[in-house]
Amino acid sequence: MGVTAFFPAIAEIFLAGVSIVLVLAAAFGGEDGKASGLMRKLAVASLIITGILVASYGNTPSLAFGHLFMTSPFMVYMKLLVLFGATIILLMSRGHVAADNINRPEFPLLILLSVLGMMVLISSNDLMVLYMGIELQSLPLYVIAAMRRDSVRSSEAGLKYFLLGALSSGLLLYGASLIYGFTGSTNYGEIASSLSQDVLNGGVSSGAVIGIVFLISGMAFKISAAPFHMWTPDVYEGSPTIVTAFFAVVPKLAAMSLFLRVTYGMLGSASDSWQQVVVAIAMASMIIGALGAIMQTDLKRLMAYSSIAHMGYALVGMASAQAEGISAVMIYMAIYIVSSIGIFALILTLSREGTAVTKINDLAGYSRTHPLYAACMLIFLFSMAGIPPLGGFFGKWFVFSAAVNAGLVPLAVFGVLSSVIGAFYYIRIIKVMYVDDVADALDQPDRRTNGMIILSMAVITALMVFVLSSLREGIMGTLPYIAFIAG
Amino acid sequence: MITSLFFYLFAAITIASGLMVITARNPVHAVLFLILAFFNAAGLFVLMGAEFLAMLLVVVYVGAVAVLFLFVVMMLDIDYANMREGFQRHLPLGLIVGGVLLVELLVIFAGPGTTIGVADVDLTRSNTAQIGDVIYTEYLYLFQLAGMILLVAMIGAITLTMRHREGVKRQSIALQNARTREETVALVSVENNQAPESILPNNKDQSKVLR
Repeated sequence: MGVTAFFPAIAEIFLAGVSIVLVLAAAFGGEDGKASGLMRKLAVASLIITGILVASYGNTPSLAFGHLFMTSPFMVYMKLLVLFGATIILLMSRGHVAADNINRPEFPLLILLSVLGMMVLISSNDLMVLYMGIELQSLPLYVIAAMRRDSVRSSEAGLKYFLLGALSSGLLLYGASLIYGFTGSTNYGEIASSLSQDVLNGGVSSGAVIGIVFLISGMAFKISAAPFHMWTPDVYEGSPTIVTAFFAVVPKLAAMSLFLRVTYGMLGSASDSWQQVVVAIAMASMIIGALGAIMQTDLKRLMAYSSIAHMGYALVGMASAQAEGISAVMIYMAIYIVSSIGIFALILTLSREGTAVTKINDLAGYSRTHPLYAACMLIFLFSMAGIPPLGGFFGKWFVFSAAVNAGLVPLAVFGVLSSVIGAFYYIRIIKVMYVDDVADALDQPDRRTNGMIILSMAVITALMVFVLSSLREGIMGTLPYIAFIAG
Repeated sequence: MITSLFFYLFAAITIASGLMVITARNPVHAVLFLILAFFNAAGLFVLMGAEFLAMLLVVVYVGAVAVLFLFVVMMLDIDYANMREGFQRHLPLGLIVGGVLLVELLVIFAGPGTTIGVADVDLTRSNTAQIGDVIYTEYLYLFQLAGMILLVAMIGAITLTMRHREGVKRQSIALQNARTREETVALVSVENNQAPESILPNNKDQSKVLR
């Protein structure tokens, strides 16, 4: 076996090597304030290089490390989204890490290691790698949630996230052990063929079905879908805002990608045994996300419920159990992260006399004091609410039409109804911004990076309609390879 | 014969010390009984021919986890009498959960129509050698990932607990070694019956070294 055997995983190997070097740089880098600025730049550079490596070596479907690692165009797409999100969040963190008192070189380092875990997760081809990836992804997240040591809320968020994350890992591991026990392998491909054998012979054994349900519950925890969403609002509210932005965007992508990979790839032939579970989770998430957000007064808590609802919409596409559903979820996630990054970049700029504020009422009269940012926020919120011709509308359109084409009309109707309820609280923010009187004017943001990010995300959200059809065709063109995700 | 004798010996001690763990009044005794339970469980593994698991149990659970428990018990100020109060109240619930688990185990192992398959193993070699065959070859990827996870755990523990306190005087050997004779030794000619104005050339250097 030559060196070329490792080429499909070259991006992961590079990222792991860079993080180890950066550990040393962080240890000997001198004062925290100066070193963390340098670390952030190095981390951004290495994420960009990793992205180039992913794009140049991952596109041909191939295996590495025995059968443990797999790459395919679907995974390249998801990895590039993850790297894009992480890079933008790191760029955004400039200035805010100091304000949140987490200005330490470990912050970019832990983000890098978490991204490494997500890439491992996306490329996993074995239940053991799945578990390793989940742990490598989650452990840094627990730490950065609790990183603000002078704040009780932050410690509470970290502890809560850690305990519930450990519980979900336990569920997932238990499910994996049952699946291993009843199919005789931990490899996705062999599990798939064993299950399709079972389906031909009159049905999947009940032990394997229990395992599948446990596995899905564990993954639903990670994407914060109801009824496994309890941790989300508290963790989002307690963590430093820049960390919340990271939570809302990047880990969701990796977990959703894994969810697709496991349901469509590993369990594709046994879709009867998971489709109803996914339908139930999707309905619960959509309605809980929509109703829970109505009473919120804090923007970060509201975004938590909003993300629960959006995971529900994405699961509607997944529940269709057809190739069209995969492409719908892939597009939906891309639109979701663009709008989320924009909203969080804007929340980060909100401050009054130097103190960060996150209440909805603080936005009163925002359109008169900050007309450009208010217009951007309008675009993001309308997109999230699903109002044409913005990106979010088409995301919802694709997932609902996938569900309708798969015969899940009641689910689609339910989704449309709950998105109408959801539109209420997005529009309430717009009303506060545009109609209410200015109470106390917010500071004029002076951080140019965030302004650039907000503007470019708003432009992408607004103009996405022009590229969506070609993006969709591009994704559909790679769908023959989706068969390859079955291994 | 001997094997089953040892099995019953180890099993009886494991169960007895397990009971003692939850009933012992003194928490330090409870941890010591836990260690005894671990050792006997390791003995059971050896009887089954799983000597690698037995070693892991002793090294990881006795060597690390139980010692950690001892530290926690001894260092933290926890009111154990208070924690014990709910014991009577939660006992029925605990018994129900335990009973359900027992029934499930019985159904799996003694129920009708269940056969527990065991993978074919090469009995001519010890399982330590067999794990050694694959862990750095077939499972290299998993091994390296486990290493990365441990690295994250280390970084996380340091990040969350280490504080730089201001004003703490630490010895810096590098700075001490870098001192030259010129900045530390001064020759002052002292007049008879007169105190010297200053003995050290400047006090700044000394405070730097001490810091």
